[in-house]
Amino acid sequence: MNPEMGYVNLDVWDLLLAAALILLNAAISLGLSLGLGRTLALSAVRMVVQLALVGYVLGWIFTQSSPLWTVLAATVMIAVAAYEIRARQERRLKGIGSYFLGLGTLLFVSTLITVYAVSTIIAPDPWYSPRYILPILGMILGNTMTGIALTLSTLSDATARERNAIEARLALGENRFTAMSDALRQAVRTGMLPVLNAMAASGIVSLPGMMTGQILAGLEPVEAAKYQIMIMFTIAGATSLGIVIAGCAAVLLLTDERHRLRLDRLESKA
Amino acid sequence: MLRVEHLKIGELPPLTFVVPDGECLAVEGPSGSGKTRLLRAIADLDPARGQVFVDGAERCEMSAPRWRKLVRYVSAEPAWWTPTPRQSFPDNERALEKVERGMASLALPLKLLDRSLSQLSTGERQRLAVLRALIDEPRVLLLDEPTSALGPEHSGLVEELLRYQLISNCSAVLVSHDLGQIKRLADARLQLGPSRSMRPPPKGLQR
Repeated sequence: MNPEMGYVNLDVWDLLLAAALILLNAAISLGLSLGLGRTLALSAVRMVVQLALVGYVLGWIFTQSSPLWTVLAATVMIAVAAYEIRARQERRLKGIGSYFLGLGTLLFVSTLITVYAVSTIIAPDPWYSPRYILPILGMILGNTMTGIALTLSTLSDATARERNAIEARLALGENRFTAMSDALRQAVRTGMLPVLNAMAASGIVSLPGMMTGQILAGLEPVEAAKYQIMIMFTIAGATSLGIVIAGCAAVLLLTDERHRLRLDRLESKA
Repeated sequence: MLRVEHLKIGELPPLTFVVPDGECLAVEGPSGSGKTRLLRAIADLDPARGQVFVDGAERCEMSAPRWRKLVRYVSAEPAWWTPTPRQSFPDNERALEKVERGMASLALPLKLLDRSLSQLSTGERQRLAVLRALIDEPRVLLLDEPTSALGPEHSGLVEELLRYQLISNCSAVLVSHDLGQIKRLADARLQLGPSRSMRPPPKGLQR
């Protein structure tokens, strides 16, 4: 590696210098009396604590290099992402179904795609090395989570809005998937948009975070770009798979085995 | 023939009645008495305890889409999901022929088929919705205020079309606020209402 491109360590003073910039936010909040002071302080402290904690936890897991700890960390990540999907819904499904909708989809999709990407594309030795598994899983989860949350909220909104049309189609003898196809199509399209936009805009509007990180860490930009391309495809694949599975499962949960529309299974808007 | 046994709608006592082939049962009662809920339950669009038979077959003996091909619910607010009416009708020659004949009998110009739905009047959409419900020849029609948006002249045309369905051996359950229409179409009447106790089904209902 070129010594000039080596990695530059940050010490506590560097971080404090960066933290000084947040005083700018504080000044704006005070000057315009936005009343954001408390939130700002809280968010900044949360960010520092969470990231420091994650750094230490990941460091510890990497030195263990035991599949058990990797699986445990992955499980926690998936569970939090599943919780986040549910928390972002304005109209949730009642009952246990709303938990399994996100959790089941994420568990299946993120495990499948992460294992595929790490074991066959990156193929480190050993393939289950947490240094590769956990960051890739994290990127897949973050994007799939956003996509699924968008798809589910679009689907429940569209279904509630198009209720009469869906029931008219059911009354004419269409099955539940045909009757809800317009709403499902709209929901899947909405869920895909962020990933499609990210692919189209990446590199021009913004340098993706991972690529920036790898360049800062001393990797050749072309090598970093290759990694980023691989990650983008992985994320796009995982997101579309997750969206379609979650969307179809939600159609099944919003209807019943007699092909009735069951809006009573949605919680009323908060 | 439609046979309903111990069908439980909301707070109403269980309902039992028969609508023979070629006959029309009018369901009456104040707003909120369960008329629409009764029709929806018969079409299996809402869960309801009890049994519903068409020509001897209970709804659970077949898939719900199959059931709704036999038992057709026509909502009081017909909804459309396609840009033009044409796409909501089956796309084959035989169906198209029936659509054209039906449109002529309902005084609907053929060119309406390709007009955007937002450009059609409420009355035109309602007549088209009745027609849409008849094309695949269901055995039982559940009509919820089928002429609410129509004047007397067009109501008469819809009634004529419905009477033709009855002659060709359909049965029908009709919810209407138009007493004249009930007199003209119905062979029997069913009174719903929380205050009044159920009248025994009039003649012709129990067979």
